[in-house]
Amino acid sequence: MSTETTTAVEKKESLFSKKNRKLLTDPLDDSNPITVQVLGICSALAITVQVQQAVIMSLAVLFVMIGGNVIVSLMRNIIPDRIRIIVQLVVIASLVIIVDEVLKAYSPDISEKLSVFVGLIITNCIIMGRLEAFALGNKPGPSMLDAVGNAMGYAWILLAVALVREVFGSGAISFPGVGQVKFLPEGWFYANGGFYENNNLMILPPMALITVGVIIWIQRARNRSLIEEN
Amino acid sequence: MEYLSIFVKGIFVENMIFAYFLGMCSYLAVSKTVKTAVGLGFAVIFVLGITVPINYLLENFVLKEGALTWLNADYANVDLSFLSFIMFIAVIASMVQLVEMIVEKFAPALYGALGIFLPLIAVNCSILGGALFMQERQYPSIGEATVFGLGSGVGWLLAIVAIAAIREKIRYSNIPDPLKGLGITFILTGLMGMAFMAFMGIEI
Repeated sequence: MSTETTTAVEKKESLFSKKNRKLLTDPLDDSNPITVQVLGICSALAITVQVQQAVIMSLAVLFVMIGGNVIVSLMRNIIPDRIRIIVQLVVIASLVIIVDEVLKAYSPDISEKLSVFVGLIITNCIIMGRLEAFALGNKPGPSMLDAVGNAMGYAWILLAVALVREVFGSGAISFPGVGQVKFLPEGWFYANGGFYENNNLMILPPMALITVGVIIWIQRARNRSLIEEN
Repeated sequence: MEYLSIFVKGIFVENMIFAYFLGMCSYLAVSKTVKTAVGLGFAVIFVLGITVPINYLLENFVLKEGALTWLNADYANVDLSFLSFIMFIAVIASMVQLVEMIVEKFAPALYGALGIFLPLIAVNCSILGGALFMQERQYPSIGEATVFGLGSGVGWLLAIVAIAAIREKIRYSNIPDPLKGLGITFILTGLMGMAFMAFMGIEI
């Protein structure tokens, strides 16, 4: 009887304990999925032309990660080790189909812009990576926190890259419903007789890589424990 | 002629890595030496060359709207395309497993070279990306789909071997500490991507 209550208390405490809070905050910096663990790069680079797309993608990944981590964590004791990859893929694929159908129904134009990248959430290594590394060996509660933390770490890099690329590439940020919000007066643009020209290179794929490279540079300059040997 | 155009496009113009960033994770993780990069590159060509045509058949004879008419004319309105993600990934995962077993049995030397990379490939986004692009672009025949798969694979091999060669050399250069490793690899890939953009718009 007494052991039962203590475990219950422990459980309750553990969800908000220091160790669990670390699960939420660590992925934001020290073990960021993109810049440190090198997971989920493909989508982070491909859909950061506009902030709007980046937000939608982050929400989709957040949903799939929480769902996947919790479901796999609940099933962790009944999944045979040899076929775990396929089981994980089926869980993830089902969640991604839900996301894809919802997107198609409620915002078809965004769904078209994201094209194959919604489907590619299935093979987004950030999700598989966290399932393998965390959910398979932990209880659902901490797994959910791990999913939220990693999705947030992924989201902030995505937003930072998208912000840089959209501001310099299009000279404006487009919001759903509002349209493009420009920062500079129309007269400053070269087409209207001014001096400013948007940097079209920012919209092209190579600059996504360089922007992420620079973010990694800044992060590691501030947090020197992350520096690699060569 | 059509085949050559699709092949060259897959390698240079629509390079999986430089134009679409597909398969970046393994590209960054396995590009420390040229030898392992070549191994993974050939494994990707192999798997893309097998899974794209299989997924093409699946798409055109099972999933697409009206694809099931060969079974019964009543099925003309059946549209199973919402199942395509799960079908494609199941095909890829099982094909990778199958290929691994066949190679292990009949070509142990090749297995020794590719072995550790094959399981990695199931979650390499360039494979699923190949299947999804095939679905989106609607190639007219299975031949074209296969050539597209092989071309994309060769483009991927080219990219990973090139970056691995650069990384081997760059070990001896004096790079700012925080940029070492991952940071400089990103910037190098960006510069290579700019060079590859010169191929944009080429038609053969």
